[in-house]
Amino acid sequence: MTLSSMSEKPVGVIGAGNFGTVIANILALNRKVLLYARDPLVADHINHKRENRGYIIHEHVEATNDLAKLATACDVIFPMVPSPHFRTMMKQLSPNLHPYHILIHGTKGFDISLPPGETIESIPKLTRQQVKTMSEVIQEESVVVRVGCLAGPNLAKELAQRQPGATVVASHFNEVIQIGKRLLRNDRFQVYENNDIVGVEIAGVLKNIIAIASGALSGLGYGENAKGLLISRGAVEMVYLGRALGGDLKAFLGVAGIGDLVTTCNSPMSRNFTVGYRLAKGEKLDTILADMAEVAEGINTVRIAKKCADHYKIRALITDRLYRVLFEGMTVEEALEFLMRYPLNVDIDFI
Amino acid sequence: MEILEEKKNKNRPYEPILEGIPDWPVYQLSKNRKEFVELVTRKSIERIKLLRPTRKQLIDELEATVYREQNRIKRNRWRVDPTDDARFWSGIKNQLIELSPKTEEDVLVVEDELLLKIVHRYANEIAGNFKPNSYRFTREVVKFWFQRLLNGARVKKFGAFFRNQYTLRDKIQIVGKVKMLRSLAKKGTVVMVPTHFSNLDSILIGWVIHSLGLPAFIYGAGLNLFNIKIFAYFMNSLGAYKVDRRKKNLPYLETLKMYSNLAIQKGAHSLFFPGGTRSRSGLIEKQLKLGLLSTAIEAQRNLYQETREGEVRKIFVVPVTLNYNFVLEAPDMIEDYLQVKGQDKYFPEQDKYGSVQLLRFLFKFFTKGSNISVSIGPGLDVMGNYVDAEGNSLDAQGRIIDTKDYFVSNGNITEDKQREDEYTRMLSHKIVTEYHRINRVFASHVAAFVAFEMWQKKFPKLDLFSLLRLPEEELELDYSEFRQVFKRVRKKIYELKDNGKVHHATHLKGKVDQVIKLGIENVGIFHLKRPLLKNKKGNIITNDLSVLYYYHNRLVGYDLEQYV
Repeated sequence: MTLSSMSEKPVGVIGAGNFGTVIANILALNRKVLLYARDPLVADHINHKRENRGYIIHEHVEATNDLAKLATACDVIFPMVPSPHFRTMMKQLSPNLHPYHILIHGTKGFDISLPPGETIESIPKLTRQQVKTMSEVIQEESVVVRVGCLAGPNLAKELAQRQPGATVVASHFNEVIQIGKRLLRNDRFQVYENNDIVGVEIAGVLKNIIAIASGALSGLGYGENAKGLLISRGAVEMVYLGRALGGDLKAFLGVAGIGDLVTTCNSPMSRNFTVGYRLAKGEKLDTILADMAEVAEGINTVRIAKKCADHYKIRALITDRLYRVLFEGMTVEEALEFLMRYPLNVDIDFI
Repeated sequence: MEILEEKKNKNRPYEPILEGIPDWPVYQLSKNRKEFVELVTRKSIERIKLLRPTRKQLIDELEATVYREQNRIKRNRWRVDPTDDARFWSGIKNQLIELSPKTEEDVLVVEDELLLKIVHRYANEIAGNFKPNSYRFTREVVKFWFQRLLNGARVKKFGAFFRNQYTLRDKIQIVGKVKMLRSLAKKGTVVMVPTHFSNLDSILIGWVIHSLGLPAFIYGAGLNLFNIKIFAYFMNSLGAYKVDRRKKNLPYLETLKMYSNLAIQKGAHSLFFPGGTRSRSGLIEKQLKLGLLSTAIEAQRNLYQETREGEVRKIFVVPVTLNYNFVLEAPDMIEDYLQVKGQDKYFPEQDKYGSVQLLRFLFKFFTKGSNISVSIGPGLDVMGNYVDAEGNSLDAQGRIIDTKDYFVSNGNITEDKQREDEYTRMLSHKIVTEYHRINRVFASHVAAFVAFEMWQKKFPKLDLFSLLRLPEEELELDYSEFRQVFKRVRKKIYELKDNGKVHHATHLKGKVDQVIKLGIENVGIFHLKRPLLKNKKGNIITNDLSVLYYYHNRLVGYDLEQYV
C-alpha cells in the first residue's frame, strides 16, 4: 500500500453482513474503509471489538451508522445489501448522492415493483418493466450514473481465509472498472473486467435457481455425473433466460456465469443448496423456510424467472419443474423423471 | 363540428429575445470567421494527434484520407466541390510519397504541414457564413410569400391575395414548452434536436425559430443542398454550416465535430437532426447518430474546465417533433426502406414525381385543411435531466443537481472519452423517449395505424412483404369493424396521454365518425395514390398499402398493436 492511496478519500461499504464485512476487509488492504451497519449496536461492536460475524476487522475499517456521513466522506461506495432491502436503502442514501459518486454493488437478486395488491403469481405478466437489476435500481433512485457491479464465485468464508479467488467488475464505464480493480485487487484476489453489467448481474441471480436444483440432486443421493449434467444444462438455461432479460452471452460463460455456477452448485453450506437438499428429502417448503434465518434468494428467483419465461416464451425446463416442486406439490423425483424423458437433444444452439 | 377544428392561434407574436442581430452569437461567429476557422483547425489537429499518437498511425491515417478523397473525386463529384479538389489531393499524395526516404525529423515537419493543410481546408469548407442582410431579406421573402399564398388560396375573393387575414401560425401550430425554450435561450446555449421526416423540416424549423423570437441557430446542412445555387445563398445567409456525408475520414469527422463543439462553446444556439437522415420508414427515430450529439456533452465539459465557477454557460438540449398528415417524399422513402430491408423479397414499382407535384403540394397545402404541428419538448441538460425555467438540472425527486459533477472524478473535472461516449448514448436514449412523449397524434395517424394493423391481422400467415404484394382489391375493411377498433385504440391513446407517454391533437377528441372521416381524408392527403379511402359501400380500402405502412409506422413503439 502506498502512502498516496491512503491519503485519498476512504471507500464506503454499505451493509455489514457476511459479504459486506469480507469485502470491507479486502478493500482495507488498499484504502481506508467506512463500513455502514444499519444497526447502531453492530457499528459500535465493530468499532470496539474489531470483530463482526466471526471475522476479525481490519484496522483500516471504521464502522458507522450514518449514511449521510458515509456519502459525504466517500466518492466510491460498495452497496452490499440483500435485494429485498436494496431499494429502501437507495431511497435513504439518494439525497446525499451526487453525480460524481461511483457505486459498485455486490447484490445478487432482482427488484420487483408490482401494483399494490398484486403478487408475482396474480399479475397477468411479468416483464422487464417490473423486474429490475440492482444497477437499474441505483439509477432509478439516484443521480448516480457511474454504476458497476461485482459478481463471481465469492464465498465469504473462503475470501476471508485468503484463499485464491476472483471476481468480475462490470460496468458500462471503463473508469468504474479500473477503479474497482485498483481497489479490490490483491495477490490472492484476481479481478476481471466486463462491460455488460446487466448480463453479469443476471448471471449472478439466475445461478441461484440451479443451486437449488443441485441441492435436490444431492438430496436424492446422486453423484457427479448428475451434477455435471445439471450444471451444463443449467448454464444453457441461464443463457436463454439471461438473453431474454437483456444480458449478453459472454457474461454467462465467464467468472460471474459458469464460475459462480460451479461454485454454488458445489457448496452445501449455501442456503439455496440446503433448500433443494431438504426438498429432496421430502420436507415441505414451509417447514424448511420456518427454520431458516434468512430467505434463500433462489426461491424468489424461481418465481420471477418462471413468470418471465412464460411471458418471453423461453423454454426453461429446470426452472419450470423447480417451480412445480416448490409451489405446486410436485416431488423432486417426478420433476427429475420429466427432465430425463424430455425429448430434447440439441446440446448447444446459441453460439 | 367545431370541436374538430384546431383552435385558432390567437397568441400575439413573440418578441425577439435579443434585440439587434449584432448581439446574436451566430453573427459574432461569422464576423470573426477567420479567427474561428483558425481555432477550429488548431484544436482539431490537437485532437487528431491525440487519437493517432504515433507517427506511423498518423501517416497511415493521412494516406487513407488521400485515398478516399481521390476516390470520391473520381466516383462522386458534385457541383459544389471546389475546382482545385483534384489538384490539392494529388499534391498531398505526392508529398506523402516523397516522405519515405527522408529522415525522421524532416518527416515530422512535413507531416505537421500536411495535416494542417488538410484540416484547414476542411474547417474552411465546413464554416458557415451568416450575413445579417441576407438573413433579413430571406426571412421577409419567405414570410411575405407564404402569407400571400395562404390568404390568396383561402379567401376566394379578388384582392384577398393582399390581405393578412390568415398567417402561417394558423397553419402551423407550435405547442409545448415554448416559454421555457425562450427562457433557456436567454440563460444558456440551446441545442435543438428535431425529428426528421421531410426535406421541408429545415425550412419549417427555421420559420419556427424565427417566429418564437429566437436568434438564428447554426445548423449542419447537407452539402448536397448547396449544389443548388439559390439554396446555397439562403443557407449560407442563415448560418448553416456544411456537412459532407461523402467524407468519412477521421480528419474530416474530427474537424466537423470540433466546429460544432466550439460554436456551442461560443454560445451559438445549434440545431441538428440527430437521426442523421430523414426517417425512411416513417418510424420515429430510435437510433440517433452520436457524433454531433457528443459535441454538446464535450462542449459542456470544456466550458466547466475553462470558465470560472458561476459563469459557466449551460447547454440545454431541446427535443422537438414535427407532426405531419402528409410527407411529400413518403412513397419514395418507403420504397427505399423496403428495398433495403427486404432485399430481393420486394419488387418496387417505378413511379417518380416531378417538381410540378411540389408546386401542387404547396398550393394544396395552403388551400386544404392539412395542418402541421410542431411540439417543443422540455429542456434537458446534456445528461438528459430535465431542467427548470431557470436552467437548473433536476433529479427525479425535483432536487437540484450540479451538472458539473458528472465530469468529476476524484474531486477534479477530468476528460474521459469512453465516459462521454456512454453519456452520449444515455442522452440519445433520453431524446428518443422524449420524442415519443411529445409526439402529437393526429386522427390520420390513428386511421393509418388501425387500418394497416387490421389488414395485418386478417392475413396472419403473411410476412410484411407478402402482405404488401397483395392485390389492393383483396383489401377491404368493414366500416363498423374499423370504427370499433379505432375507438378502442383512441381510448388507449387517451390513457397513454394521461400517463404522460404521448400527446394528441385536440381534433382527436371529436365524435368518432367525424374523427375517422378527418383521419381518412388527411392520411397522405396529396399523394396520387391515396393510402386510405372509403368505397361506395362505405368500407375502407387502400390504393397504396406501402405508403399506408409508412404512415402507420408513426404510431409504432407504443404497444398499441395488441388492441387492434
